[in-house]
Amino acid sequence: MSAPVSGLPPDLPSAPASGRSSASSDDLRAPTAGAPVEQAFHAIGFLALLLPLLAFLVLFVSVLADAWPRLGWGFLSGIPSRKPQLAGILPALVGSASLMGLTALIAVPVGIGAAIYLEEYARRSRLTSLIELNISNLAGVPSIIYGLLGLEVFVRAMHLGRSLLAGALTLSLLLLPMVIMTSREALRSVPLSVREACHGLGADRFCMLRLVILPMCFPRMLTGIILALARAIGETAPLLTIGALTYVAFLPDSVHSAFSTLPLQIFAWISRPQTSFHENAAAGIVVLLAVMLLMNGFALWLRARLQRRLPG
Amino acid sequence: MSALESEIDPDATPEPKLQISHLDAYFNDRHVVRDITLSVPQRRVTAIIGPSGCGKSTFLRCLNRMHEHVPGARARGAVMLDGVDVYHPSINPARLRRHVGMVFQKPNPFPTMSIRDNVLAGHRLNGTHVDAPGELVERCLRQVALWDEVKDRLGRPGVSLSSGQQQRLCMARVLAVEPEVILLDEPSSALDPIATAHIEELIEELKERYTLVLVTHNLQQAARVSDYMAFFYLGNLVEFDRTDVIFTNPKESRTEDYLTGKFG
Repeated sequence: MSAPVSGLPPDLPSAPASGRSSASSDDLRAPTAGAPVEQAFHAIGFLALLLPLLAFLVLFVSVLADAWPRLGWGFLSGIPSRKPQLAGILPALVGSASLMGLTALIAVPVGIGAAIYLEEYARRSRLTSLIELNISNLAGVPSIIYGLLGLEVFVRAMHLGRSLLAGALTLSLLLLPMVIMTSREALRSVPLSVREACHGLGADRFCMLRLVILPMCFPRMLTGIILALARAIGETAPLLTIGALTYVAFLPDSVHSAFSTLPLQIFAWISRPQTSFHENAAAGIVVLLAVMLLMNGFALWLRARLQRRLPG
Repeated sequence: MSALESEIDPDATPEPKLQISHLDAYFNDRHVVRDITLSVPQRRVTAIIGPSGCGKSTFLRCLNRMHEHVPGARARGAVMLDGVDVYHPSINPARLRRHVGMVFQKPNPFPTMSIRDNVLAGHRLNGTHVDAPGELVERCLRQVALWDEVKDRLGRPGVSLSSGQQQRLCMARVLAVEPEVILLDEPSSALDPIATAHIEELIEELKERYTLVLVTHNLQQAARVSDYMAFFYLGNLVEFDRTDVIFTNPKESRTEDYLTGKFG
Protein backbone atom coordinates (compact mmCIF):
# COMPACT_ATOMS: atom_id res chain seq x y z
CA MET A 1 0.00 0.00 0.00
CA SER A 2 2.51 2.61 -1.08
CA ALA A 3 0.08 4.61 -3.22
CA PRO A 4 -0.18 8.28 -2.25
CA VAL A 5 -3.12 9.05 -0.04
CA SER A 6 -5.72 11.14 -1.88
CA GLY A 7 -9.46 11.56 -1.95
CA LEU A 8 -9.69 9.46 -5.10
CA PRO A 9 -9.18 5.77 -5.56
CA PRO A 10 -5.83 5.31 -7.29
CA ASP A 11 -7.29 3.85 -10.49
CA LEU A 12 -9.59 6.84 -11.13
CA PRO A 13 -8.30 9.37 -13.70
CA SER A 14 -7.92 12.80 -12.14
CA ALA A 15 -9.34 14.69 -15.16
CA PRO A 16 -11.84 13.70 -17.85
CA ALA A 17 -10.04 11.95 -20.66
CA SER A 18 -12.21 13.43 -23.41
CA GLY A 19 -11.70 16.92 -24.81
CA ARG A 20 -15.07 18.14 -23.52
CA SER A 21 -14.37 20.62 -20.75
CA SER A 22 -17.67 20.16 -18.99
CA ALA A 23 -16.93 22.43 -16.09
CA SER A 24 -15.85 25.52 -18.03
CA SER A 25 -17.25 28.69 -16.51
CA ASP A 26 -19.20 29.61 -19.70
CA ASP A 27 -21.16 26.40 -19.53
CA LEU A 28 -22.03 26.95 -15.90
CA ARG A 29 -23.35 30.44 -16.67
CA ALA A 30 -25.38 29.62 -19.79
CA PRO A 31 -29.17 29.81 -19.49
CA THR A 32 -31.26 26.64 -19.60
CA ALA A 33 -33.44 25.91 -22.62
CA GLY A 34 -36.75 26.97 -21.11
CA ALA A 35 -35.53 30.27 -19.64
CA PRO A 36 -37.26 32.81 -22.00
CA VAL A 37 -40.59 30.95 -21.86
CA GLU A 38 -40.31 30.69 -18.14
CA GLN A 39 -39.94 34.47 -17.75
CA ALA A 40 -42.98 35.07 -19.94
CA PHE A 41 -44.95 32.51 -17.98
CA HIS A 42 -43.92 34.18 -14.75
CA ALA A 43 -45.24 37.52 -16.01
CA ILE A 44 -48.51 36.05 -17.32
CA GLY A 45 -49.11 34.27 -14.05
CA PHE A 46 -48.52 37.44 -12.06
CA LEU A 47 -50.95 39.36 -14.31
CA ALA A 48 -53.57 36.65 -13.94
CA LEU A 49 -53.33 37.08 -10.21
CA LEU A 50 -53.32 40.86 -10.32
CA LEU A 51 -56.43 41.34 -12.52
CA PRO A 52 -59.02 39.67 -10.29
CA LEU A 53 -57.46 41.25 -7.21
CA LEU A 54 -57.73 44.71 -8.81
CA ALA A 55 -61.30 44.07 -9.91
CA PHE A 56 -62.24 43.04 -6.41
CA LEU A 57 -60.48 46.06 -4.93
CA VAL A 58 -62.33 48.49 -7.23
CA LEU A 59 -65.63 46.83 -6.40
CA PHE A 60 -64.98 46.88 -2.70
CA VAL A 61 -63.83 50.49 -2.62
CA SER A 62 -66.85 51.73 -4.59
CA VAL A 63 -69.24 49.77 -2.35
CA LEU A 64 -67.47 51.06 0.74
CA ALA A 65 -67.70 54.64 -0.53
CA ASP A 66 -71.47 54.26 -1.06
CA ALA A 67 -71.90 52.56 2.29
CA TRP A 68 -69.78 54.89 4.38
CA PRO A 69 -72.47 57.40 5.44
CA ARG A 70 -74.80 54.60 6.56
CA LEU A 71 -72.32 52.37 8.40
CA GLY A 72 -72.61 52.68 12.15
CA TRP A 73 -74.15 51.22 15.24
CA GLY A 74 -77.61 52.50 14.29
CA PHE A 75 -77.50 50.56 11.04
CA LEU A 76 -76.46 47.33 12.74
CA SER A 77 -79.03 47.58 15.51
CA GLY A 78 -81.94 49.10 13.57
CA ILE A 79 -84.91 47.44 11.94
CA PRO A 80 -85.99 48.01 8.31
CA SER A 81 -88.01 51.13 7.69
CA ARG A 82 -89.68 52.97 4.87
CA LYS A 83 -87.37 55.86 5.62
CA PRO A 84 -83.96 54.82 4.34
CA GLN A 85 -82.04 56.89 6.90
CA LEU A 86 -83.70 55.03 9.74
CA ALA A 87 -83.50 51.56 8.25
CA GLY A 88 -81.26 48.99 9.93
CA ILE A 89 -80.17 45.46 9.34
CA LEU A 90 -80.59 43.75 12.71
CA PRO A 91 -83.45 41.36 11.77
CA ALA A 92 -81.56 40.24 8.66
CA LEU A 93 -78.33 39.78 10.62
CA VAL A 94 -80.04 37.77 13.35
CA GLY A 95 -82.00 35.89 10.66
CA SER A 96 -78.79 34.93 8.83
CA ALA A 97 -77.09 33.86 12.05
CA SER A 98 -80.01 31.72 13.24
CA LEU A 99 -80.46 30.24 9.77
CA MET A 100 -76.77 29.26 9.67
CA GLY A 101 -76.88 27.81 13.17
CA LEU A 102 -79.94 25.74 12.41
CA THR A 103 -78.54 24.65 9.05
CA ALA A 104 -75.30 23.51 10.71
CA LEU A 105 -77.27 21.58 13.34
CA ILE A 106 -79.06 19.68 10.58
CA ALA A 107 -76.42 19.32 7.87
CA VAL A 108 -73.33 18.56 9.96
CA PRO A 109 -74.45 15.39 11.80
CA VAL A 110 -76.19 14.01 8.72
CA GLY A 111 -73.28 14.90 6.43
CA ILE A 112 -70.57 13.46 8.68
CA GLY A 113 -72.70 10.37 9.28
CA ALA A 114 -73.15 9.82 5.56
CA ALA A 115 -69.43 10.37 4.96
CA ILE A 116 -68.46 7.86 7.66
CA TYR A 117 -70.87 5.31 6.25
CA LEU A 118 -69.64 5.73 2.68
CA GLU A 119 -65.97 5.83 3.57
CA GLU A 120 -65.71 3.32 6.40
CA TYR A 121 -68.62 0.92 6.32
CA ALA A 122 -70.15 0.66 2.81
CA ARG A 123 -68.91 -2.16 0.64
CA ARG A 124 -67.62 -1.13 -2.75
CA SER A 125 -70.47 -1.88 -5.12
CA ARG A 126 -72.21 -0.43 -8.13
CA LEU A 127 -74.79 1.15 -5.84
CA THR A 128 -72.22 2.99 -3.73
CA SER A 129 -70.41 4.21 -6.85
CA LEU A 130 -73.73 5.49 -8.16
CA ILE A 131 -74.44 7.27 -4.87
CA GLU A 132 -70.95 8.79 -4.87
CA LEU A 133 -71.36 10.02 -8.44
CA ASN A 134 -74.70 11.58 -7.56
CA ILE A 135 -73.31 13.35 -4.53
CA SER A 136 -70.60 15.02 -6.58
CA ASN A 137 -73.20 15.98 -9.19
CA LEU A 138 -75.58 17.36 -6.57
CA ALA A 139 -72.83 19.69 -5.37
CA GLY A 140 -73.01 21.35 -8.79
CA VAL A 141 -76.80 21.69 -9.05
CA PRO A 142 -77.94 25.36 -9.18
CA SER A 143 -79.20 26.49 -5.81
CA ILE A 144 -82.56 27.63 -7.18
CA ILE A 145 -83.41 23.99 -7.87
CA TYR A 146 -82.93 23.27 -4.17
CA GLY A 147 -85.21 26.24 -3.52
CA LEU A 148 -87.96 24.71 -5.67
CA LEU A 149 -87.52 21.38 -3.90
CA GLY A 150 -87.69 23.13 -0.51
CA LEU A 151 -90.82 25.01 -1.55
CA GLU A 152 -92.59 21.84 -2.61
CA VAL A 153 -91.43 19.52 0.18
CA PHE A 154 -90.86 21.64 3.28
CA VAL A 155 -93.09 24.67 2.76
CA ARG A 156 -96.07 22.95 1.15
CA ALA A 157 -96.04 19.19 1.79
CA MET A 158 -94.71 19.44 5.35
CA HIS A 159 -96.67 22.65 6.08
CA LEU A 160 -93.66 24.42 7.55
CA GLY A 161 -94.56 27.66 5.81
CA ARG A 162 -92.02 30.40 5.18
CA SER A 163 -90.29 29.59 8.46
CA LEU A 164 -86.68 29.51 9.60
CA LEU A 165 -86.95 25.72 9.79
CA ALA A 166 -88.03 25.43 6.15
CA GLY A 167 -85.15 27.72 5.15
CA ALA A 168 -82.63 25.76 7.20
CA LEU A 169 -83.81 22.43 5.80
CA THR A 170 -83.52 23.80 2.26
CA LEU A 171 -80.02 25.16 2.85
CA SER A 172 -79.06 21.85 4.53
CA LEU A 173 -79.92 20.03 1.32
CA LEU A 174 -77.75 22.48 -0.55
CA LEU A 175 -74.84 22.01 1.85
CA LEU A 176 -75.03 18.25 2.35
CA PRO A 177 -73.10 17.24 -0.79
CA MET A 178 -70.31 19.64 0.15
CA VAL A 179 -70.22 18.51 3.77
CA ILE A 180 -70.19 14.86 2.73
CA MET A 181 -67.39 15.39 0.23
CA THR A 182 -65.11 17.39 2.54
CA SER A 183 -65.71 14.94 5.39
CA ARG A 184 -64.87 12.01 3.15
CA GLU A 185 -61.68 13.69 2.05
CA ALA A 186 -60.78 14.26 5.68
CA LEU A 187 -61.41 10.59 6.50
CA ARG A 188 -59.37 9.53 3.51
CA SER A 189 -56.44 11.67 4.68
CA VAL A 190 -55.85 9.32 7.63
CA PRO A 191 -52.98 7.08 6.51
CA LEU A 192 -53.51 3.35 6.08
CA SER A 193 -50.65 2.69 8.51
CA VAL A 194 -52.67 4.22 11.34
CA ARG A 195 -55.69 2.09 10.50
CA GLU A 196 -53.51 -1.01 10.38
CA ALA A 197 -52.08 -0.16 13.78
CA CYS A 198 -55.64 -0.10 15.15
CA HIS A 199 -56.55 -3.42 13.54
CA GLY A 200 -53.29 -4.91 14.74
CA LEU A 201 -54.22 -4.05 18.32
CA GLY A 202 -57.56 -5.81 17.97
CA ALA A 203 -59.74 -2.70 17.72
CA ASP A 204 -63.16 -2.91 16.12
CA ARG A 205 -64.21 -0.33 13.59
CA PHE A 206 -66.30 1.76 15.96
CA CYS A 207 -63.56 2.17 18.57
CA MET A 208 -61.04 2.90 15.86
CA LEU A 209 -63.26 5.66 14.46
CA ARG A 210 -64.06 7.20 17.80
CA LEU A 211 -60.62 7.11 19.41
CA VAL A 212 -58.22 7.46 16.49
CA ILE A 213 -59.70 8.35 13.10
CA LEU A 214 -62.16 11.09 14.05
CA PRO A 215 -59.76 12.94 16.38
CA MET A 216 -57.21 12.88 13.56
CA CYS A 217 -59.45 14.29 10.84
CA PHE A 218 -61.55 16.60 12.99
CA PRO A 219 -59.65 19.81 12.04
CA ARG A 220 -60.03 19.14 8.33
CA MET A 221 -63.71 18.29 8.65
CA LEU A 222 -64.43 21.39 10.68
CA THR A 223 -62.61 23.67 8.26
CA GLY A 224 -64.51 22.25 5.32
CA ILE A 225 -67.82 22.68 7.11
CA ILE A 226 -67.16 26.29 8.11
CA LEU A 227 -66.13 27.15 4.55
CA ALA A 228 -69.32 25.52 3.24
CA LEU A 229 -71.39 27.53 5.74
CA ALA A 230 -69.61 30.73 4.75
CA ARG A 231 -70.68 30.06 1.20
CA ALA A 232 -74.24 29.27 2.20
CA ILE A 233 -74.64 32.53 4.10
CA GLY A 234 -74.56 34.36 0.78
CA GLU A 235 -77.25 32.17 -0.83
CA THR A 236 -80.26 34.16 -1.99
CA ALA A 237 -82.09 32.26 -4.71
CA PRO A 238 -83.31 29.23 -2.72
CA LEU A 239 -84.60 31.45 0.08
CA LEU A 240 -86.45 33.71 -2.34
CA THR A 241 -87.96 30.61 -3.90
CA ILE A 242 -89.32 29.29 -0.64
CA GLY A 243 -90.78 32.73 -0.03
CA ALA A 244 -88.63 34.12 2.75
CA LEU A 245 -89.60 37.70 3.49
CA THR A 246 -87.65 40.74 2.44
CA TYR A 247 -89.26 43.09 4.93
CA VAL A 248 -89.14 41.83 8.50
CA ALA A 249 -89.41 44.30 11.33
CA PHE A 250 -88.98 41.79 14.17
CA LEU A 251 -86.42 39.25 15.31
CA PRO A 252 -87.12 35.53 14.81
CA ASP A 253 -88.16 33.99 18.13
CA SER A 254 -88.63 30.34 17.17
CA VAL A 255 -87.85 27.96 14.34
CA HIS A 256 -91.34 28.62 13.03
CA SER A 257 -91.00 32.40 12.71
CA ALA A 258 -90.72 34.16 9.43
CA PHE A 259 -87.27 35.52 8.75
CA SER A 260 -85.11 37.53 6.43
CA THR A 261 -81.39 37.25 5.75
CA LEU A 262 -78.59 39.61 4.79
CA PRO A 263 -78.59 38.82 1.06
CA LEU A 264 -82.39 39.03 0.93
CA GLN A 265 -82.35 42.41 2.64
CA ILE A 266 -79.67 43.64 0.24
CA PHE A 267 -81.74 42.36 -2.68
CA ALA A 268 -84.83 44.15 -1.38
CA TRP A 269 -83.04 47.47 -0.94
CA ILE A 270 -81.32 47.38 -4.29
CA SER A 271 -84.67 46.81 -6.05
CA ARG A 272 -86.02 50.08 -4.64
CA PRO A 273 -85.96 53.05 -7.02
CA GLN A 274 -84.76 55.57 -4.39
CA THR A 275 -80.98 55.98 -4.41
CA SER A 276 -80.81 56.40 -0.64
CA PHE A 277 -81.90 52.77 -0.33
CA HIS A 278 -78.97 51.82 -2.54
CA GLU A 279 -76.70 53.24 0.15
CA ASN A 280 -78.35 50.87 2.58
CA ALA A 281 -77.74 48.00 0.16
CA ALA A 282 -74.05 48.91 -0.06
CA ALA A 283 -73.81 49.00 3.72
CA GLY A 284 -75.52 45.61 3.85
CA ILE A 285 -72.96 44.23 1.39
CA VAL A 286 -70.13 45.46 3.61
CA VAL A 287 -71.71 43.73 6.62
CA LEU A 288 -72.18 40.49 4.66
CA LEU A 289 -68.57 40.55 3.42
CA ALA A 290 -67.36 41.18 6.95
CA VAL A 291 -69.34 38.20 8.25
CA MET A 292 -67.95 35.93 5.52
CA LEU A 293 -64.39 37.11 6.14
CA LEU A 294 -64.82 36.46 9.84
CA MET A 295 -66.04 32.94 9.18
CA ASN A 296 -63.22 32.14 6.76
CA GLY A 297 -60.68 33.64 9.15
CA PHE A 298 -62.10 31.55 11.97
CA ALA A 299 -61.77 28.42 9.82
CA LEU A 300 -58.12 29.19 9.08
CA TRP A 301 -57.37 29.97 12.71
CA LEU A 302 -59.06 26.78 13.86
CA ARG A 303 -57.17 24.64 11.39
CA ALA A 304 -53.83 26.15 12.34
CA ARG A 305 -54.59 25.71 16.02
CA LEU A 306 -55.83 22.15 15.84
CA GLN A 307 -53.17 21.00 13.44
CA ARG A 308 -50.41 22.19 15.71
CA ARG A 309 -51.49 19.36 17.97
CA LEU A 310 -51.02 16.95 15.08
CA PRO A 311 -47.39 16.93 14.01
CA GLY A 312 -46.53 14.62 11.14
CA MET B 1 -35.72 -17.59 36.40
CA SER B 2 -34.02 -20.99 36.33
CA ALA B 3 -37.28 -22.63 35.35
CA LEU B 4 -37.55 -20.19 32.48
CA GLU B 5 -33.99 -20.83 31.40
CA SER B 6 -34.47 -24.57 31.30
CA GLU B 7 -37.62 -24.00 29.30
CA ILE B 8 -35.72 -22.29 26.54
CA ASP B 9 -32.90 -24.76 26.36
CA PRO B 10 -31.75 -24.12 22.80
CA ASP B 11 -31.20 -27.76 21.97
CA ALA B 12 -34.61 -29.03 23.00
CA THR B 13 -37.16 -29.19 20.21
CA PRO B 14 -39.76 -26.60 21.20
CA GLU B 15 -43.51 -27.02 21.10
CA PRO B 16 -45.19 -25.50 18.06
CA LYS B 17 -47.16 -22.33 18.85
CA LEU B 18 -48.58 -21.81 15.37
CA GLN B 19 -49.19 -24.61 12.93
CA ILE B 20 -49.83 -23.49 9.40
CA SER B 21 -51.07 -26.08 6.93
CA HIS B 22 -51.74 -25.73 3.23
CA LEU B 23 -52.11 -21.97 3.43
CA ASP B 24 -52.86 -20.16 0.16
CA ALA B 25 -53.32 -16.41 -0.17
CA TYR B 26 -54.55 -14.38 -3.11
CA PHE B 27 -54.91 -10.77 -4.22
CA ASN B 28 -57.81 -11.05 -6.65
CA ASP B 29 -56.42 -13.53 -9.19
CA ARG B 30 -52.81 -13.34 -8.07
CA HIS B 31 -51.77 -16.36 -6.08
CA VAL B 32 -49.10 -14.88 -3.80
CA VAL B 33 -48.73 -17.51 -1.07
CA ARG B 34 -48.76 -21.10 -2.29
CA ASP B 35 -49.60 -24.09 -0.15
CA ILE B 36 -47.43 -23.25 2.86
CA THR B 37 -47.14 -25.81 5.64
CA LEU B 38 -44.97 -24.73 8.54
CA SER B 39 -44.81 -24.93 12.34
CA VAL B 40 -43.71 -21.87 14.30
CA PRO B 41 -41.97 -22.99 17.51
CA GLN B 42 -42.97 -21.47 20.83
CA ARG B 43 -40.72 -18.83 22.41
CA ARG B 44 -38.35 -18.72 19.50
CA VAL B 45 -37.66 -16.23 16.77
CA THR B 46 -38.66 -17.54 13.36
CA ALA B 47 -37.38 -15.44 10.49
CA ILE B 48 -39.04 -15.38 7.08
CA ILE B 49 -36.62 -14.40 4.34
CA GLY B 50 -36.78 -14.18 0.59
CA PRO B 51 -36.54 -11.71 -2.28
CA SER B 52 -39.07 -8.86 -2.68
CA GLY B 53 -42.47 -10.07 -3.80
CA CYS B 54 -41.97 -13.62 -2.56
CA GLY B 55 -45.09 -13.44 -0.39
CA LYS B 56 -43.35 -13.27 2.97
CA SER B 57 -45.24 -10.21 4.22
CA THR B 58 -48.54 -11.59 2.95
CA PHE B 59 -47.83 -14.86 4.72
CA LEU B 60 -47.15 -12.97 7.94
CA ARG B 61 -50.37 -10.98 7.59
CA CYS B 62 -52.32 -14.22 7.16
CA LEU B 63 -51.25 -15.31 10.64
CA ASN B 64 -53.34 -12.65 12.40
CA ARG B 65 -55.85 -12.26 9.56
CA MET B 66 -54.69 -8.74 8.66
CA HIS B 67 -54.46 -9.94 5.08
CA GLU B 68 -58.23 -9.83 4.65
CA HIS B 69 -58.35 -6.06 5.26
CA VAL B 70 -56.90 -5.45 1.82
CA PRO B 71 -59.68 -5.21 -0.80
CA GLY B 72 -59.69 -8.26 -3.05
CA ALA B 73 -57.53 -10.30 -0.71
CA ARG B 74 -58.45 -13.76 0.55
CA ALA B 75 -56.75 -16.73 2.14
CA ARG B 76 -57.44 -20.46 2.29
CA GLY B 77 -55.99 -23.11 4.52
CA ALA B 78 -55.53 -23.53 8.24
CA VAL B 79 -53.59 -21.56 10.83
CA MET B 80 -53.76 -23.24 14.24
CA LEU B 81 -52.93 -21.14 17.29
CA ASP B 82 -52.45 -23.61 20.18
CA GLY B 83 -54.66 -26.02 18.28
CA VAL B 84 -57.44 -23.54 17.46
CA ASP B 85 -58.03 -22.78 13.80
CA VAL B 86 -58.00 -18.99 13.51
CA TYR B 87 -59.81 -19.17 10.17
CA HIS B 88 -62.83 -20.96 11.68
CA PRO B 89 -65.99 -18.90 11.03
CA SER B 90 -66.65 -18.53 14.75
CA ILE B 91 -63.34 -16.72 15.31
CA ASN B 92 -63.51 -12.94 15.72
CA PRO B 93 -60.44 -11.61 13.89
CA ALA B 94 -60.28 -8.52 16.13
CA ARG B 95 -60.02 -10.70 19.26
CA LEU B 96 -57.44 -12.91 17.54
CA ARG B 97 -55.18 -9.89 17.00
CA ARG B 98 -54.95 -9.29 20.73
CA HIS B 99 -53.28 -12.69 20.98
CA VAL B 100 -51.24 -12.28 17.81
CA GLY B 101 -49.87 -8.73 17.84
CA MET B 102 -48.11 -6.99 14.98
CA VAL B 103 -45.31 -4.47 14.51
CA PHE B 104 -45.17 -2.78 11.12
CA GLN B 105 -42.43 -1.72 8.76
CA LYS B 106 -42.97 1.98 9.30
CA PRO B 107 -43.34 3.18 12.89
CA ASN B 108 -47.00 4.18 13.24
CA PRO B 109 -47.74 5.69 16.65
CA PHE B 110 -51.15 7.35 16.90
CA PRO B 111 -50.55 11.03 16.06
CA THR B 112 -53.25 12.47 18.32
CA MET B 113 -52.05 10.54 21.36
CA SER B 114 -49.31 11.17 23.91
CA ILE B 115 -46.54 8.64 24.52
CA ARG B 116 -48.46 7.37 27.52
CA ASP B 117 -51.76 7.10 25.65
CA ASN B 118 -50.05 5.29 22.81
CA VAL B 119 -48.95 2.56 25.21
CA LEU B 120 -52.47 2.33 26.60
CA ALA B 121 -54.11 2.58 23.16
CA GLY B 122 -54.68 -1.16 22.83
CA HIS B 123 -56.70 -1.25 26.05
CA ARG B 124 -58.60 1.90 25.18
CA LEU B 125 -59.44 0.58 21.73
CA ASN B 126 -60.58 -2.72 23.19
CA GLY B 127 -62.52 -1.11 25.99
CA THR B 128 -60.66 -3.17 28.60
CA HIS B 129 -60.12 -1.74 32.05
CA VAL B 130 -56.56 -1.21 33.27
CA ASP B 131 -56.13 -1.33 37.04
CA ALA B 132 -52.84 0.53 37.29
CA PRO B 133 -52.23 2.32 33.98
CA GLY B 134 -49.13 4.09 35.31
CA GLU B 135 -47.46 0.78 36.18
CA LEU B 136 -48.45 -0.80 32.88
CA VAL B 137 -46.97 2.14 30.95
CA GLU B 138 -43.73 1.96 32.92
CA ARG B 139 -43.44 -1.83 32.60
CA CYS B 140 -44.03 -1.83 28.83
CA LEU B 141 -41.71 1.11 28.21
CA ARG B 142 -39.01 -0.57 30.32
CA GLN B 143 -39.44 -3.78 28.32
CA VAL B 144 -38.58 -1.89 25.14
CA ALA B 145 -35.80 0.09 26.89
CA LEU B 146 -37.56 3.39 26.26
CA TRP B 147 -38.53 4.29 29.82
CA ASP B 148 -35.39 6.21 30.76
CA GLU B 149 -35.54 8.23 27.56
CA VAL B 150 -39.17 9.30 27.86
CA LYS B 151 -40.16 9.08 31.53
CA ASP B 152 -40.11 12.86 31.93
CA ARG B 153 -42.26 13.56 28.88
CA LEU B 154 -44.96 10.91 28.85
CA GLY B 155 -47.50 13.60 27.96
CA ARG B 156 -45.70 14.64 24.78
CA PRO B 157 -47.06 13.36 21.45
CA GLY B 158 -45.83 9.92 20.43
CA VAL B 159 -44.80 11.32 17.06
CA SER B 160 -42.36 13.76 18.72
CA LEU B 161 -39.90 10.87 19.20
CA SER B 162 -37.19 9.80 16.75
CA SER B 163 -38.24 7.06 14.36
CA GLY B 164 -36.23 4.43 16.25
CA GLN B 165 -37.93 5.47 19.50
CA GLN B 166 -41.29 5.51 17.72
CA GLN B 167 -40.79 1.92 16.63
CA ARG B 168 -39.96 0.89 20.20
CA LEU B 169 -43.06 2.77 21.34
CA CYS B 170 -45.08 0.75 18.83
CA MET B 171 -43.60 -2.43 20.29
CA ALA B 172 -44.51 -1.26 23.81
CA ARG B 173 -48.02 -0.64 22.55
CA VAL B 174 -48.23 -4.23 21.32
CA LEU B 175 -46.74 -5.62 24.55
CA ALA B 176 -49.33 -3.73 26.62
CA VAL B 177 -52.17 -5.91 25.34
CA GLU B 178 -50.14 -9.00 26.34
CA PRO B 179 -50.15 -11.04 23.16
CA GLU B 180 -48.66 -14.52 22.91
CA VAL B 181 -47.28 -14.14 19.42
CA ILE B 182 -45.71 -11.01 17.96
CA LEU B 183 -45.43 -10.63 14.20
CA LEU B 184 -42.71 -8.26 13.05
CA ASP B 185 -42.94 -7.05 9.45
CA GLU B 186 -39.48 -5.69 8.59
CA PRO B 187 -39.51 -3.73 11.85
CA SER B 188 -36.15 -2.06 11.36
CA SER B 189 -36.04 -1.48 7.61
CA ALA B 190 -36.91 2.20 8.05
CA LEU B 191 -34.39 2.73 10.87
CA ASP B 192 -30.73 3.66 11.11
CA PRO B 193 -28.14 1.05 12.23
CA ILE B 194 -28.14 2.08 15.89
CA ALA B 195 -31.92 2.00 16.15
CA THR B 196 -31.83 -1.34 14.33
CA ALA B 197 -29.41 -2.71 16.93
CA HIS B 198 -31.84 -1.61 19.67
CA ILE B 199 -34.69 -3.45 17.99
CA GLU B 200 -32.58 -6.58 17.57
CA GLU B 201 -31.58 -6.58 21.24
CA LEU B 202 -35.22 -6.21 22.09
CA ILE B 203 -36.19 -9.20 19.93
CA GLU B 204 -33.57 -11.29 21.76
CA GLU B 205 -35.12 -10.36 25.10
CA LEU B 206 -38.72 -10.79 24.02
CA LYS B 207 -38.29 -14.37 22.92
CA GLU B 208 -38.03 -15.41 26.56
CA ARG B 209 -41.73 -14.72 26.90
CA TYR B 210 -43.19 -14.45 23.41
CA THR B 211 -43.23 -16.34 20.15
CA LEU B 212 -41.85 -14.08 17.45
CA VAL B 213 -42.15 -14.24 13.67
CA LEU B 214 -39.88 -11.82 11.88
CA VAL B 215 -40.06 -10.91 8.20
CA THR B 216 -36.82 -9.33 7.08
CA HIS B 217 -34.91 -8.72 3.89
CA ASN B 218 -31.75 -8.32 5.90
CA LEU B 219 -29.98 -11.69 5.95
CA GLN B 220 -27.48 -10.61 8.59
CA GLN B 221 -30.34 -9.62 10.82
CA ALA B 222 -32.02 -12.97 10.32
CA ALA B 223 -28.72 -14.70 11.13
CA ARG B 224 -28.20 -12.59 14.26
CA VAL B 225 -31.60 -12.87 15.89
CA SER B 226 -33.48 -15.88 14.58
CA ASP B 227 -33.51 -19.46 15.81
CA TYR B 228 -35.45 -20.82 12.86
CA MET B 229 -35.60 -19.63 9.35
CA ALA B 230 -37.97 -20.08 6.42
CA PHE B 231 -36.87 -19.21 2.91
CA PHE B 232 -39.71 -18.14 0.60
CA TYR B 233 -39.41 -17.87 -3.15
CA LEU B 234 -42.22 -16.95 -5.57
CA GLY B 235 -44.84 -17.69 -2.94
CA ASN B 236 -43.47 -21.13 -2.11
CA LEU B 237 -41.70 -22.28 1.01
CA VAL B 238 -38.36 -23.54 -0.27
CA GLU B 239 -36.73 -24.50 2.98
CA PHE B 240 -37.44 -24.32 6.70
CA ASP B 241 -34.92 -25.31 9.34
CA ARG B 242 -32.84 -24.08 12.22
CA THR B 243 -31.02 -20.90 11.29
CA ASP B 244 -27.55 -22.37 11.85
CA VAL B 245 -28.43 -25.33 9.64
CA ILE B 246 -29.78 -23.09 6.87
CA PHE B 247 -26.68 -20.94 6.88
CA THR B 248 -24.13 -23.73 7.13
CA ASN B 249 -25.78 -26.60 5.35
CA PRO B 250 -28.80 -25.67 3.23
CA LYS B 251 -30.49 -28.59 1.55
CA GLU B 252 -31.85 -26.66 -1.41
CA SER B 253 -29.57 -25.13 -4.00
CA ARG B 254 -31.94 -22.13 -4.35
CA THR B 255 -31.49 -21.35 -0.66
CA GLU B 256 -27.74 -21.46 -0.99
CA ASP B 257 -27.84 -19.27 -4.12
CA TYR B 258 -29.95 -16.68 -2.32
CA LEU B 259 -27.81 -16.68 0.80
CA THR B 260 -24.63 -16.29 -1.19
CA GLY B 261 -26.09 -13.46 -3.24
CA LYS B 262 -26.42 -15.17 -6.60
CA PHE B 263 -29.94 -13.75 -6.89
CA GLY B 264 -32.19 -11.61 -4.81
